[in-house]
Amino acid sequence: MGAGSVPPRQSQFAGSPPPFAEKRELYRMDNVLPAVDGSMHNDCLAELRGVSKRFGKTCALDGLDLEVRAGELLALLGPNGAGKTTAISILLALLRPDAGEARLFDKRQTGVMMQEVALAPELRVREHIDLVASYYPAPLSPAAAMEMTHTTPLANRPYGKLSGGQKRQTQFAMAICGRPKLLFLDEPTAGLDVQSRQMLWDTVRKLVRGGTAIVLTTHYLEEAEALADRVVVLAKGRLMASGTVGEIRAVVSRKRISCRTTLAVERIASWQGVNSVTCDQGRLQVVASDAEDVVRRLLAADAQLAELEVHRAGLAEAFTELTQEVAS
Amino acid sequence: MKPYLTEAKYESLRMLRAPSFAIPFLTIPVLVYLLMGVVFFGEALRHDSKAAINVFAGLTVFGMMGPGMFGFGVAVAGEREQGLLKLKRALPAPPAAYFLAKMCMAMLFNTIIMATMIGAALFAAHLPLAFPQMAALALVNIVGALPFCAIGLFIGVWVSGSAAPGFVNLVYLPMMWLSGLFIPLPKSLQGAAPIWPAYHLLQLSLGALGQPAAGAAWVHAGVLAAVTLLLSAVAVRRLARVG
Repeated sequence: MGAGSVPPRQSQFAGSPPPFAEKRELYRMDNVLPAVDGSMHNDCLAELRGVSKRFGKTCALDGLDLEVRAGELLALLGPNGAGKTTAISILLALLRPDAGEARLFDKRQTGVMMQEVALAPELRVREHIDLVASYYPAPLSPAAAMEMTHTTPLANRPYGKLSGGQKRQTQFAMAICGRPKLLFLDEPTAGLDVQSRQMLWDTVRKLVRGGTAIVLTTHYLEEAEALADRVVVLAKGRLMASGTVGEIRAVVSRKRISCRTTLAVERIASWQGVNSVTCDQGRLQVVASDAEDVVRRLLAADAQLAELEVHRAGLAEAFTELTQEVAS
Repeated sequence: MKPYLTEAKYESLRMLRAPSFAIPFLTIPVLVYLLMGVVFFGEALRHDSKAAINVFAGLTVFGMMGPGMFGFGVAVAGEREQGLLKLKRALPAPPAAYFLAKMCMAMLFNTIIMATMIGAALFAAHLPLAFPQMAALALVNIVGALPFCAIGLFIGVWVSGSAAPGFVNLVYLPMMWLSGLFIPLPKSLQGAAPIWPAYHLLQLSLGALGQPAAGAAWVHAGVLAAVTLLLSAVAVRRLARVG
């Protein structure tokens, strides 16, 4: 990781075991045959090294290092303007970096689902998939790609007549139809209903099991929690943290405590280790960085305390904290 | 080879399915020809076969302009803006496939237009055309439409999708009138006609039909080729740089 661009937090991961040791071992076993491309030997399919990119006065990426390894699902998390799409665009050689280098192992084995694209409304779903499949050396048949992405019922519908969610599903089918070894999904589930999102997640998991590496950018934090082997948090074009979902969460030690109590909100708010307290219809919500200590004090202060629950902060909380740090 | 063919197939298919594109460009040339060559001036042209052939040649060239100029100009501007070109660059699509597909689409449209116009000339206007003349005219016109594709492409890479129809028309309309496709130009305008590619194509078309044409054929062909190469080179360069 690039010196200087990484906050001190990063060092917390240094001692932890590599998160995908097991997965990578499995992948290597699949890959006993000689690799097609020399650059694949080291398991790294795509890489950014010290990449910076400015758009006018805006700094989109600031010395970013990123590595995508074979067979992993890497989630790029970050608020709007964090540089996620810019990072993907540079990996795909759609943009040239101002500084640093980008490397992609083999374009012909790369699938892409972009955020904003308008496809020919006159072509049918099957035809769009057939067209993209023709770019690849050994693609799936359109029928197989549609079956995998649950778009078979849409096969003969003109693209222009589809709903927003159906368009995204079609784009997903187009992204996977070339049987890519590396797949870029830029906000793939934006605009999808719960069921379609679940189906897309299932397909993504199947692809990863089959050895496809996936880079996924998302605003849906639960998406990263549900799918990712590794999470990279970006903010203002810089890498904030990288690790497994658990590791990212552990970076932020906050926990959420909820209970029913007669204690006054103000009193609890004054305790050490309490970050925030809210009370909603008699149910108290405490966010605390030292949960055990706060729980001990709560129980000691209120013998009638009931319905105690302690949660680890979700990725959402971890994420907010990390990115707020950059903002401040 | 497969991605090129597939791209060309679907580009043609989608444009044939787009009523706002297919209906005007496939029907207007033959309708204008029927109006001018048969309904309005049919009587007069029956006695003046030279004028009849001139009208026919001029309107076939007019027919060749639309698919290339609008099929490239408006479509490229829109697709560039809507991220389709970026997606193609991100995918392993061969870079030239997109342009060649549009070219094939324009040639297919022009083939259909030529077929309907030759049909109208033979069966409605009863022009005395021999098969070799018709074949030569069709070939000259379909290949000679490439500079119109290049003009469209050139406009399409500079302007926005919503501005493109206006800018294409800004070239299309004056070229249509000032290259002498519809009516013989007055002396004062004749000198400026060679600035329009359509003028050069018209001379080649007249030559293909055995009519006297101004200037040498190789000059006209050279101008058309130069316009095509120059404009597409500038456009493709800009696309690669700016996207």
